[in-house]
Parts: sequence; structure tokens; C-alpha cells
Amino acid sequence: MLEIKNLHAKVDSFEILKGVDLEVNAGEVHSIMGPNASGKSTLAQVLTGRETYKVTAGEILYEGKNLLDMTPEVRACEGVFMAFQYPVEIPGVGSAYFLKAALNAIRKHHGIEEIDAMDFLALAKEKMKLLNIDEKLLNRSINEGFSGGEKKRNEIFQMAILEPKLCIMDETDSGLDIDAMKVVAKGVNALRSPERAIIIITHYQRLLKYIVPDFVHVLVDGRIVKSGGKDLALELEDKGYAWVEEEAVKSK
Amino acid sequence: MVMTEVKENYLERFEQFRKVVAKNGQGWLCPTRQAAMERFSELGFPTPRDEDWRFTSVAPIARTPFQLPQDGRVELTSQEIEPFTFPGLACSQIVLINGRYSPELSSLRPLPKGVKVASLAQVLMGDRDSLEVHLARYADYQNDAFTALNTAFMDDGVFVHIPKGTVLQDPIHLLYLTTPIGDPTIIHPRNLIVAEEDCEATLVESHASLRDGVYFSNGVTEVVVGENSILTHYMIERESQEAFNVSTLRIEQGRNTNFTSHSVLLGGALVRNNIHPVLAGEGSTLLINCLYMGTGKQHLDNYMKVEHASPHCDSRQLYKGILAGKSRGVFHGRIVVHKDAQKTDAKQSNKNLLLDEGQIDSKPQLEIYADDVKCTHGATTGQLDENGIFYLRSRGIDEESARAILLYAFAGESLQRMEVEPIRKHLESLVSEWISQRKLLENSK
Repeated sequence: MLEIKNLHAKVDSFEILKGVDLEVNAGEVHSIMGPNASGKSTLAQVLTGRETYKVTAGEILYEGKNLLDMTPEVRACEGVFMAFQYPVEIPGVGSAYFLKAALNAIRKHHGIEEIDAMDFLALAKEKMKLLNIDEKLLNRSINEGFSGGEKKRNEIFQMAILEPKLCIMDETDSGLDIDAMKVVAKGVNALRSPERAIIIITHYQRLLKYIVPDFVHVLVDGRIVKSGGKDLALELEDKGYAWVEEEAVKSK
Repeated sequence: MVMTEVKENYLERFEQFRKVVAKNGQGWLCPTRQAAMERFSELGFPTPRDEDWRFTSVAPIARTPFQLPQDGRVELTSQEIEPFTFPGLACSQIVLINGRYSPELSSLRPLPKGVKVASLAQVLMGDRDSLEVHLARYADYQNDAFTALNTAFMDDGVFVHIPKGTVLQDPIHLLYLTTPIGDPTIIHPRNLIVAEEDCEATLVESHASLRDGVYFSNGVTEVVVGENSILTHYMIERESQEAFNVSTLRIEQGRNTNFTSHSVLLGGALVRNNIHPVLAGEGSTLLINCLYMGTGKQHLDNYMKVEHASPHCDSRQLYKGILAGKSRGVFHGRIVVHKDAQKTDAKQSNKNLLLDEGQIDSKPQLEIYADDVKCTHGATTGQLDENGIFYLRSRGIDEESARAILLYAFAGESLQRMEVEPIRKHLESLVSEWISQRKLLENSK
């Protein structure tokens, strides 16, 4: 589904990604771990098409197509979704209005007829139940005045509504207490399917107890320096990142 | 045309005008008109050297030789005025075409006992007693040239009198429509709204044009809010893009009153919206809520002077502007707290979004002569939030729609404060239309 080859990217004049290679297939859950400032979030932003991040070399193929050629909205319509680390507050734009507009934009892209207000409401209520989200949220402005946990749950709620093929979760666990994390994990696990791939970007192993990954990759200084199974996450939790960083330096 | 000729032009017209109105049983008003004309003649049109006019040049108004409208009737059908009305709103509607009351197009809902809604021209001719106490007693023709001009030439408009203890369920819509043809004309809409004690009412003033053309609407509305009354005023300005509009709203608030002023400025080449409330009685509340949206070469000037003249009054002034194209906005907001107005709580905010080459001059101003008050003001100016746009795009919404959604949200905050639903809905559709006509994407690059 996703092939990242020798990806280099920079912000302003700082090179952050220095040759990332990664292959993700449908049905797989990958976790990308790494110390702070290793480039994890940059990778997520590049995948969604944030213009402040410039790709200087390499390529990304998504379902065989050049992802970097697509605008953020086309990527979203093609099934790429990122749960933001810092969801944006948008005063004055109702959550229900926004989400219905997004869903219909995606449906239109695929030539499916628009969902009407009644059906949308039914769908939203069903997904809200799954994520223990108060229905009042639909009437509120996007993320405005939401607590940290509410914002993160709202991201997963959006994901549940839009049903993307490639889900990228950028530090979704940061700032979540254990109960909120379980709810988020329940929501994500419900989305696991043979047609869908999930990339979990995280600094800690905590969330991976509840969403068990098939593969774990360690990103250090803009490169994936180690890959393994779910046990690698436990090892990192145990020993920290220093040993991987040392290994990486040695292998240079 | 040099300044002296401009004045000559108005003085000459005034001489003719005075002779006509003096015969109409309006002799009692002649000294006021005369005094106002003399003040205009002394003041002349303001220039940017005048602090209150620093950001707005009225030279295009001063140099145009405007004619008073001819008396000839303009036939309009109710279909033609429909776009300027509010679907689903039961309201009394007073229609004035080119400044003159049109009985055929006007319609009154059943009014509670003692409520008077009438053409000012009619009242001027026959009912000196109801007018004399209030007319021209508040709007300052001594220091404001435009008010002076209006006071000298006022001819028609709407007079509303609401007796003690009356609640008006249905709003009253004052619809000023212009049909510019031929030489540029000037009209002087004049409204007097008097609510006695314990009243409730909503008044809507619309200024619009049926076609494009140059004309000048120089209006003055005086509102007297009697003790314990609640009044709401809407100003909807949709003049022709070539027209000039100077509107002055002067409010006199008695004790324990609640006054709300909503303005939406969309049209006009050069617009000045003056709002001047005086909180004259204790314990009153005031909200001024204004949205201005400019495009092309429009110049939209908001001048506000809130006078806290009594203790324990709260006021909020919320001005929001979207300036697109090469339009220019002005916000000049003064809060004056008089010596005895202790425990004043005044808050003022001005937020602007600039698109394309739009510009804003924002000048909040506090003048405080009391020592126990809370006054704050703030002004922000910026572009659309790129993080918000990216967030919407990352969910599949195209960039142009994302920009439109954020613009609408910005304007929507002002519209949401408007409580009469059919009016709000009407304005929402005007704002949506405005946004859909912008080329947001092209201009964002």
C-alpha cells in the first residue's frame, strides 16, 4: 500500500529526514518509535502533504501512485488520514457540518452520492458511542474548548467516520490518561481490517499494549535504524533509545 | 469644484428648500434648520486633518454636485422590493423610495394600542407636539457637518413612538431603496424612534439600491430609550457599489435600559457608519455588534463613540471586518467615560481579516475621567489561519472550500448574535453569496 523510498525532507534549511525507507502493506499495523526530534512527526506531516515540509529527495508511492504529486485533500480523498498530534481549534465551524462536508468530499471523489443529514447523524451517533464521545460535541465548534483527551478522541472519531485506508496516528497517546487511552485503542482496534493499514507514531510503548503492532521501527536522526516485531517496543521501553542510537552510530 | 462653490451649492438649494417646507406647516422647525445650515456652512465637509476623519477622505462626496430628488413618483412593484425583505418574518414595513415614503409598498402589522408608526414628512406637517421634544435634540448638528446637513434638509423618514409598557412583537422594517437615474441625488433619511418606559421593540433599517449608480444617502436616526426599555436596532447597508452612505445612529439610553445595535455593511463606494450611544441613565447595558465586508475599491469606515455618562453601565463593542480586493476598512472606536460614571464596565474589540490587498486602519481609543472603572480594548488583524486550512484539507475538503468555511466562520460569529432568525438567515445568505463571489484560491497565492 505504501512504499517510502530514500525520503529526504527539510523544514526551512534543516534537513530532518535523511533517507527513510519503509514499506507498509494492507492489513498491517506499524509503529514508528524514536527519541524526540528524530523526525517522527515530520514523516507524518510529509505523508499528509503539509507544505512547510519540503521533500528534497526520494519518493512515496501510495497504491502505486506518486503520493507527493497529490494535494492534501486528494490524499485524504484517496484514503490517507492523519490523527494530529495537536488538533487545530477552529472557532465558528461546527463539528457536524465539518465532518459531513469532509465525508461528502470523499464520497464525491469516488463518485458516490452525498450522504444526507439524517443518515450522517445516525452514522455519527454510532461511532460516538464506540468512542464514548458526548453527542453534544457535534454541535460544538471543531476542537474549540476541548480537553486534550477530547481532542484526541475526536481525531479517532473522525477516522472512524471517514474510514481511511491508511491511518497515521501522530503521538495520539501523548497527554492521554489510561482510561482515555483504552477508549482510543478500542476505537482504533475496531478499524483494524485486512484492507486497512495503520501507522502509529509514538515516543512511548504505552499505547502499543492496547494496539499491538505487527512491526516496530526505530527512527533516529532522520533514518529508520532498526526494525522488528512487537517485542522491539518492549525492549525500547526497557532500555531506552540510547543503545539503538549507539548501534546506529557504529554502523555508519 | 472648490469648497466655497460646494457650500454655495448647498446654501442655494437650502434657500429654495426652506421656502417650500416653511409653507408646509413646518415653520416651527425653521430655526433649527437654519441653525444647522449655518453650522454646516461654518464647518464645511471634514478633511483628513480632522482627527475623527483621519482615515477617510470625503472629497468624492464634497466634489459631487448632488441634486435633491425630484418629486416625480417612482413606480415599483412589491416583487422588485422582495430581495430586500426577510422571508418568513412578520414585520411592519415602511418603504421609502429615494427618501420618500411609499404608502403603496408599505404595510403595517396590527400594532398595540397607542403605538405610532408614520412617515416623518406627515408628522412634520401636522404633529409638532410629538416631535418637538426629541427631534434634533440628540444628534449633534453643532459639531458634525453631515448631521448638520441632514438636519437642515431632513424631509422624510420614519417616526416611531411606543407608549409606556408596550411590547412590540413584530419588528419594524425601515426600508430605504434608491433608484438612481440621471444626475447624482442626495437624500437625507431621518428617523426618530421614541420608546417610553418599559417597552420592547426591534427596528431594522435597510439601505439598498435597485440598480447601480451614484447617489448619496446621508441619514440620521435618533433613538430615545425610556427607562427600563429593551430596544434592538439593525442596520443593513447594501447600497450600490458606486454610492455614498453616511449614517449616524444616535442613541439616548435612560435608566436600566438595554440597547443592541447590529450593523452589517456590504455595499457602497464610501460608507461611514457612525454609532453614538450615550448611556445617560444608571444601570444600562449596551451591545454594538458590527460586521463589515469590503471588496473592489470600497471604503468602509466605522466610527463609534460610546459615552458612559452614568454609573453602573456595561457596554460591549464587537467589530469584525473582512477586507478583500483593494478595499479599505476603518475602525475608530472611542469609549468616553465621564467623571461620574463609576463602575463602568466597557469592552471593545476589533478583529480584521485581510485578503488580497485589503487594508484596515484600526484606532481604539479610551478616554476615562472616572477612577473606578473597567475598560479594555483590543484589535487584531491577520490572514486566514493556515493551520486551520490545512486541517480541513487533510480531511478531504478542497482548499477553496476550506478558505470559504473559515471566512464564513469569522463572519458567522457576528451574525450569530442576531436574535431575529429570519433576519439572521437573510444575512447569512448574503454573506455566503459574498464569499462565493470571491476567488479565494487565486488570491491566496
